[in-house]
Amino acid sequence: MSVRAASTALRERMDGAGVTERAMRARPGVRWVLLAGGLLFAVALPWLMYPPIAFDIACFALLAIAVDLLLGYTGLLSFGHAAFWGTAAYTATVMGERFGAPLPLAVLAAVLAAALLAVPVGYLAVKCTGIYFAMVTLAFAQMIFFVANQWRTVTGGENGLVGPPPELFGIDLSDPFLFYYAGLPFILAGIALAWRVVHSPFGRVMVAIRDNPSRVQALGYPVHRYKLGVFVISATLAGLAGGLFAISHGFASLQEVYWTTSGKAVMIVVLGGMGTLWGSVVGSYLVVQLEYFLSGAGFGEIGLVTGSIFVVVVLLFRRGIWGSAQHLLRERVQRSRVPAERRSRPGRDDAEQEGSAP
Amino acid sequence: MVNVIQQLFNGLVGGGFLALLALGLAVIFGMLRVVNFAHGAFYMLGAFGAYLLLTEAGVNFWLALLVVPAALAVVGMALERAFVHRLTQLDPLYNFLLTFGITLILQDLIKVRYGNQSQPYSRPALLDGSVNLGLFQYPSYQVFVLGFAIVLCLLVWLLLTRTRVGMIVRAATERPELTRSLGVDVGRWVTPVFGFGIGLAALAGVLAAPMRAVHPMMGSDLIITVFAVVVIGGLGSIFGSVVAGFGIGMAQAVGNLYVPALSQTLVFILMAVVLLWRPTGLFGREGVLT
Repeated sequence: MSVRAASTALRERMDGAGVTERAMRARPGVRWVLLAGGLLFAVALPWLMYPPIAFDIACFALLAIAVDLLLGYTGLLSFGHAAFWGTAAYTATVMGERFGAPLPLAVLAAVLAAALLAVPVGYLAVKCTGIYFAMVTLAFAQMIFFVANQWRTVTGGENGLVGPPPELFGIDLSDPFLFYYAGLPFILAGIALAWRVVHSPFGRVMVAIRDNPSRVQALGYPVHRYKLGVFVISATLAGLAGGLFAISHGFASLQEVYWTTSGKAVMIVVLGGMGTLWGSVVGSYLVVQLEYFLSGAGFGEIGLVTGSIFVVVVLLFRRGIWGSAQHLLRERVQRSRVPAERRSRPGRDDAEQEGSAP
Repeated sequence: MVNVIQQLFNGLVGGGFLALLALGLAVIFGMLRVVNFAHGAFYMLGAFGAYLLLTEAGVNFWLALLVVPAALAVVGMALERAFVHRLTQLDPLYNFLLTFGITLILQDLIKVRYGNQSQPYSRPALLDGSVNLGLFQYPSYQVFVLGFAIVLCLLVWLLLTRTRVGMIVRAATERPELTRSLGVDVGRWVTPVFGFGIGLAALAGVLAAPMRAVHPMMGSDLIITVFAVVVIGGLGSIFGSVVAGFGIGMAQAVGNLYVPALSQTLVFILMAVVLLWRPTGLFGREGVLT
């Protein structure tokens, strides 16, 4: 292993999306088939499993996607997204409980609270890079945890805060099966927004900042402002997920702002594959299911399993699930392309291979 | 006034723990460019190690103070060889994630055996009383902890500045490539330095056992505060981490006296102020973090 190997790994991660896109463009139908399949799966999920868990998967998928915007696309590891998730959870519950706000308004307030908190936290955090950024976000999230712990009159401290049973336009949604369908459009909208951000010129700058911040700075882009922008967008999505999560459970607890929640989000991203967005959905499905299964089996020490998965993935499987799938796909595409070119332009195949290699 | 001085003293004792942990973190970071999330877990293991030796084998505090850090330092070295080492050439974030996973495992391993509750550990008989510090009576164990922490920090400082090993470690921290090109085998020192840092954390854990709750989560909550301390002191600076450790300890104690509501959040507020004013920390330099 060398610095060169590391930079190659980084470039592979970066090119992963691009190459898959190229492969997709070659067969435009594939993208739509995948998307339709994914949507169908999302809609069918509460039939396939215990409905509250189905919605937990959706919420954690969006939280992980929010973390991935920073980690996978901007190169910033946020270890403090529990702050936004948890703040939104408390805000949504307080809005419902104290002010009797209807569901869309409670969600909106939760999202706004997370976004507002993200501005000062992000402003300070983006001054730091690399590992420093992770430590600073973790520390600020812990500060929010202590605030939530002490501000008992609002948050209920260790007892948590019970919210009203969810309803929408007079329809009672306390059945988790129904709530899933009320909440899913919000989650899908969040995922669509993340996808839109990544595939916009703004997203291109994000990736450029990840790969070479000094050059982006030299090109005249305000790097700090871009990072802050991504941070606020990411926190907003985390807030959307956290608010919906609390409303679906009718409960907000200190667990939502604790560092283990931040760690869970990061773990989902790393397991699913950094910088892939969809990997977070897969990761969320696996992690939430696993935790549900373990606690159902009466196994209290979930950290033994999740921690081991974390260690194994980081040591041996850094591309994650989706990233590995992309990698395999890319290799197949290349293998099928090279012989064809060899036939058409004999004698130049070496150069071609060099050029098409990532 | 006496009250304030007593609080300052409390703060110094608390700061001693922060300083010892921050010091170990800084030494490891300097040599390996790894921020060791598992540092808090090893602090916790130190406390549980002392508890375990006492209850299972009747080993007293003083012996535990020697044996436990040494044993955990060996565990730390094995950890470095087996896992951390494989990732040091990659983005440092990977090792942060790795040690986070290890933290989860270590914590829950202890929980399997002891559940999610505190274990009692009594003070050593020799230090059970209190001493008269002129203005007030103070538990002698706390006085011992403070003295021990200060002596230990001084010893590490002497080790780093006055010995050949320390010179190599400092040189490797500042300019790893240049140190290598001068014919020093830097790689040989990586594992011992990691073990040494872990040993310091474990030592802090043994010291904490008689005065703080011996609990599986005691390390993780503390390590996040230590991260804030390290950010305030400057991640690359060993001196800064020790000064910030004692300073934050005192600030917390005095803050606790005047604004009790802020006692837990103060350190993070201070971190925010430092980030505004000096993003590299009070004693940090540009370019240490890459």
